[in-house]
Amino acid sequence: MTRLKDVVIIGAGPAGMACAVEAAAKGLSTVVLDENPQPGGQVYRAIESASENRLRVLGHDYARGRELASEFRQSSGVDYHPGSTVWNIGPDRLVEFSRDGKSSAIRASHLVVATGAIERPCPLPGWTLPGVTTAGALQILLKTSGITYQDTVLTGSGPLLWLLAAQMVDAGSPPKAIVETVPRGRLFNALPELMTALGAREYLLKGMSMIRKVKRAGVRIHVGADDIAIEGSGAVSAIRFRSKGTEHRIATDAVALHQGVVPNQQVTRLLGCRHFWDDSQKCFRPKLSEDRETSCAHVYVAGDGGGIEGAKSAEMQGRLVGLAIAEKEGHGTDPRISELRLTLKREAHVRPFLEKLYAPSRQILHPDDATVICRCEEVTAGSVREAVTQGAPGPNQVKSFLRTGMGPCQGRICGLVVTSVISESGGKSPDDVDYYRIRPPLKPLPLAELADYSADIPGSRDTA
Amino acid sequence: MTIVPARHTTPDLLIIGGGIHGCAAALFAAKRGMSVTVIEKDSVARHASGVNAGGVRRLGRDFAEVPISVRSMQIWHDIPDLLGEDCGFQIAPQIKLAENEDELASLRKRADDLAMLGFEHEVVLDRSRVRELLPAVADHVVGGLACLDDGFAQPFWTTTAFRRKAEHLGAVFVEGVRAERLVREAGDWIVATSAGSYRAPKVLISCGAWSGILAAQLDEPVPVHAIAPLMLVTSRLPAFCNAVVGATGRPLSFKQMPNGTVVIGGGRRGIAEPASNRSEILFSQLRLTADTAISLFPIMASATIIRTWSGIEGCMPDEIPVIGASRKHEGIFYSFGYSAHGFQLGPAVGELMAELASTGSTQTDLSKFSIDRFPSNQCQ
Repeated sequence: MTRLKDVVIIGAGPAGMACAVEAAAKGLSTVVLDENPQPGGQVYRAIESASENRLRVLGHDYARGRELASEFRQSSGVDYHPGSTVWNIGPDRLVEFSRDGKSSAIRASHLVVATGAIERPCPLPGWTLPGVTTAGALQILLKTSGITYQDTVLTGSGPLLWLLAAQMVDAGSPPKAIVETVPRGRLFNALPELMTALGAREYLLKGMSMIRKVKRAGVRIHVGADDIAIEGSGAVSAIRFRSKGTEHRIATDAVALHQGVVPNQQVTRLLGCRHFWDDSQKCFRPKLSEDRETSCAHVYVAGDGGGIEGAKSAEMQGRLVGLAIAEKEGHGTDPRISELRLTLKREAHVRPFLEKLYAPSRQILHPDDATVICRCEEVTAGSVREAVTQGAPGPNQVKSFLRTGMGPCQGRICGLVVTSVISESGGKSPDDVDYYRIRPPLKPLPLAELADYSADIPGSRDTA
Repeated sequence: MTIVPARHTTPDLLIIGGGIHGCAAALFAAKRGMSVTVIEKDSVARHASGVNAGGVRRLGRDFAEVPISVRSMQIWHDIPDLLGEDCGFQIAPQIKLAENEDELASLRKRADDLAMLGFEHEVVLDRSRVRELLPAVADHVVGGLACLDDGFAQPFWTTTAFRRKAEHLGAVFVEGVRAERLVREAGDWIVATSAGSYRAPKVLISCGAWSGILAAQLDEPVPVHAIAPLMLVTSRLPAFCNAVVGATGRPLSFKQMPNGTVVIGGGRRGIAEPASNRSEILFSQLRLTADTAISLFPIMASATIIRTWSGIEGCMPDEIPVIGASRKHEGIFYSFGYSAHGFQLGPAVGELMAELASTGSTQTDLSKFSIDRFPSNQCQ
């Protein structure tokens, strides 16, 4: 018989862990499914196994995750399944997942999607060359293995870029250079948002101290970079760009790209939740109620999957969702609910400033015709524009024409860029252009594992 | 000021449904000089015509369909000349495998029966011939039945190619417009839609699973129901199979695409929800498809599924379509209910419907496909 649980949480990052702790404390049967071997998600990745030295390098904000992870571990009543990949969610929230090479299913009364954010794809000439990675990938390497690349050029914009640079300085292998794409004048334009941002000034102070640390370490910083191209045959050999009217070329064998992070929409799209285009964050977000319930009843989003607000907010959102579900299940109204809502609003104050300052660069949102935007199927921005002129109104028709989003990543990487290119060339808003329909499995699934799979699904829905 | 209705709202022939059948009929009608408008409630090739397995198959057809299927194959072999695009059409053997002697005997009988009717396109394969054609096939397979010059094509590409060619010849396509009601007025049909009215002396209803609603309105209720055949595609594998493979005793449609991915489907069904345009994947059913594929091609044990999908198709109780003129109304024509095997028939039926609509008759025997063949004539 398929198990029925009160709460099934996908993801054991800050949001997922906090949600599980609160739901279980209220006596709800709670399951956490997470792909990684340890709790922590991306931001607190490998938090339980990091050495003291690594904790020092990664900084106080990272080390804070240890408390949450231990609260999560000690919480009785949380049924935690690390190493579990959710590959489908059927109607009535039947969650199908793979663990240790076997698939099974759990039915959830309430489903919490805590799958967080993914890095915004950075399609530039040469971005598919070996040696090019993302800032997030470098940080994962640092967190899990304490490894840093030598002489990496960090390219792009956003808080994570500076955080990684500061961590690399502390790890003793500072980046070779930072090529920042924030255009000149952007800071001035963002100033009106600064007053609001002062409501959450600790973030600004932290940001400034990171930037100071990197500058003090002597890292060469190029600002206002544009027309970036990565050179190399077979692997990266250099990065070329224009900054302050001058052409630059830095020889390097490692480039890390970053243009901020965006919600991972795969699960909420698969479920058919309503989404909207957030022009400030330049991404789609699921439409959420005050308690973070989606347009699909009993499906919630906690953390950055509902919009980018950072790790601290993610944890609070997780707690809020856990308590809100408990309230729905008749466990009374917890006074912390209103407290959390209030604090979350204050925390969000810094976002408009950061979003304006670090908005993705023109080159990323509207890549040149020759730039590959779908890596799996090697489709260029130009051929997507061509498909639009041939009458493809949206991503799903472009997909049928060109196979964009049909490779192993199933659109995770190219989805937003494809929407953005169609939107620009067809003169339609991203909301009207819409996004890929997401088909299961959410992650590739061995055919032999499916052949062995027999979830005990109630016969009434089966047609055979 | 006189208001002149747009030409596309008063064509000679209005086609409801922008699938391969609607698009092919539009092309052939336009070739005959008719003015044609196609209205489609979603976008062209959104449903069955865009998401099917793309099999271009004469093999194993109901005997009633064989003459049309054979004619269609002739058109398929000339498709680049007809459309100016190759539609990804490739000739490849279609092979139905027998997993035991009983199944092989039934395939032999079928080939003999078909030959008695004068059709020799299906040939029996013995054990060694199957292995010549399919070196990767499982040991237990004893033989098969094949059409060696059938093939496969890209369904979305093909359907939109018919559309483009039809447009080139003057047909008008209007997407996002749903036909809601048909009323007879002064010898014409007035079709009320979600975006105004269309007027035409002749109307072709070819909107797949949604056709039953309009047929019932016209007092010709017919038991067409919506189905959602399940499909899956794997990551790329080294080339090992250049035929389209089915099985005799269990549902299967199996083929390796030119890019190395393997597309597997063949009759296992999910849940179709035509009202919301959604279909639901049932992995409890798809696991049987996976199991069949691995047992017939052991190499598939190492494959990985990248995506599954399903489209909504119209299905009849006897699993052959409704094709022909209305039995009750002048100027109404039907072409729907292809029961998950209409893609290959598209070109020939399109040609037929154009002939019917422009001349009022055809030499092709359509009696088996008549809309009033169901005794109850009731909707399911």
